[in-house]
Amino acid sequence: MKPAPFVHHAPRSVAEAVGVLAQVGPEGKVLAGGQSLIPILNMRLASPAHLVDINQVAGLADVVVTGTEVRIGALVRHAQLEHHDEAYAALPLLRQALVNVAHPVIRNRGTTVGSIAHADAAGEMPAVLALTEGVVEAVSAGGTREIAVADFFEGALETSLGADELVVGVRFRRFAEGTGTAFMERARRHGDYAMAGVAAAVRVEDGVVADARLSFVSVTDVPRTLDVTSAFAGQEPDAVDWSAAADLVAGAIEPDGDIHATAAYRAMLAAELSRLTLAAAAARSVALQQHLSDSEGPAA
Amino acid sequence: MTEPIADSATEELLDLTVVVNGVPRHAKAPARRLLSDFLRHDLRLTGTHVGCEHGVCGACTVLVDGQPMRSCLMFAVTAQAHEVTTVEGLGAIDSMGPVQQAFIECHGLQCGFCTPGFLTTITAYLEDHPHPTADEAREAISGNLCRCTGYQNIVKSVLRAAELRAERAGTTT
Ligand SMILES: Cc1cc2nc3c(=O)[nH]c(=O)nc-3n(C[C@H](O)[C@H](O)[C@H](O)COP(=O)(O)OP(=O)(O)OC[C@H]3O[C@@H](n4cnc5c(N)ncnc54)[C@H](O)[C@@H]3O)c2cc1C
Ligand code: FES
Ligand code: FES
Repeated sequence: MKPAPFVHHAPRSVAEAVGVLAQVGPEGKVLAGGQSLIPILNMRLASPAHLVDINQVAGLADVVVTGTEVRIGALVRHAQLEHHDEAYAALPLLRQALVNVAHPVIRNRGTTVGSIAHADAAGEMPAVLALTEGVVEAVSAGGTREIAVADFFEGALETSLGADELVVGVRFRRFAEGTGTAFMERARRHGDYAMAGVAAAVRVEDGVVADARLSFVSVTDVPRTLDVTSAFAGQEPDAVDWSAAADLVAGAIEPDGDIHATAAYRAMLAAELSRLTLAAAAARSVALQQHLSDSEGPAA
Repeated sequence: MTEPIADSATEELLDLTVVVNGVPRHAKAPARRLLSDFLRHDLRLTGTHVGCEHGVCGACTVLVDGQPMRSCLMFAVTAQAHEVTTVEGLGAIDSMGPVQQAFIECHGLQCGFCTPGFLTTITAYLEDHPHPTADEAREAISGNLCRCTGYQNIVKSVLRAAELRAERAGTTT
């Protein structure tokens, strides 16, 4: 249970980091919080010859909220984003999901960008990036590129990132005003990887459902958005049967069985959590719409 | 006693300096030295325990700049940028920290293997949440495993430690 020998690099800037990555090629691995990579090294599931430790790289620890996005740098720890009030106000789904990522002690060290680069199908934040139609910013010695989430995740633990590329940040897109969100998952013990999890975003407009979307944890290899608006469009949120998307959900997931849960149980959980998160997100949207119309002052 | 972890004939040894319990400590170790092993093998601070080495059990938890982190999931070379507090830094036998005192009073340990990780985790938790409920105390320790106590007395210890902290704050101000 000890890592194999490696050469440790501690670059101070992005330019220096990508310079090292270009030099060492596929022999190199980026080390961020280490909360996924170091267990892998300890168990010798991987033994890269070079580790590019980015913890001393300047300028990667900021959370920036704009009118349309929340951008986080590669060294923003899960806990930092979880407790960021401005980010929560702009995109409540971030905190709703982050409290489910491992335990607080792991969140103190692990980075949100690292969990997206790691692309674990059981990771919460890849599913959040998918639902928000986010963007990954990657830098290599050759230049910078922006990767839309649909082009980023390729399979369980697989992304389109090159071995010479460093993710410097990701951008979560904010939802349209008045959108409610919810995140729920079930794990054997709180803080464990989920057997299944669901993120939902619902927008109620003029008293009827205008938009409803889901993304999933632990039941798909590649996190992506499932648009379920067609199951509810034009219906009043109070009268909706939120299980009406069950067929759409069943068609979108490919759960596997393991020692924690059978495939059938995961499918059942995904359906039930979809129903619950859609209802919760819709209720939040209704409350937000109410708040918006109240703050517009008395109607004429 | 301790097996040589690094093959020093072939592997480069780095001069590492980590501030532990307020004191800069030096040792030579390879880059792959985990902070947990650096503390135990190189610095002979064996209070920090090692159970699973993949982040699950919590026995190795230390404070890094005051925040609890897994020392089995950090390299000593990375820890050089931080101040580390181990269980040895929480108090001594004649001047115990409130969490240590509470564990004794409430019988919060049996074999003691898991205890250092609980003590560091709870010490940091109470800094931010000085008056937890029993449910919150249970949640606060949910990332640490104990195979002996059944957790009941650890929950009691968290609550007692909160009382002791408050009492001590009252007497010093
Ligand atoms: C006990 C335990 C329980 C956990 N439970 C959960 C859970 O329930 N849900 C969950 O989502 N996660 C969980 N995790 C994992 C945790 O969220 C990790 O923090 C996260 O997956 C990886 O982030 P990191 O910064 O630690 O990355 P690292 O471990 O440093 O890196 C992970 C991988 O991503 C690559 N990488 C990291 N940053 C970059 C970058 N900027 N550019 C390019 N590549 C990069 C690395 O090369 C490596 O391959 C758990 C971990 C532990 C130890
Ligand atoms: S030894 Fe570090 S968490 Fe178990
Ligand atoms: S006291 Fe023995 S493992 Fe906790």
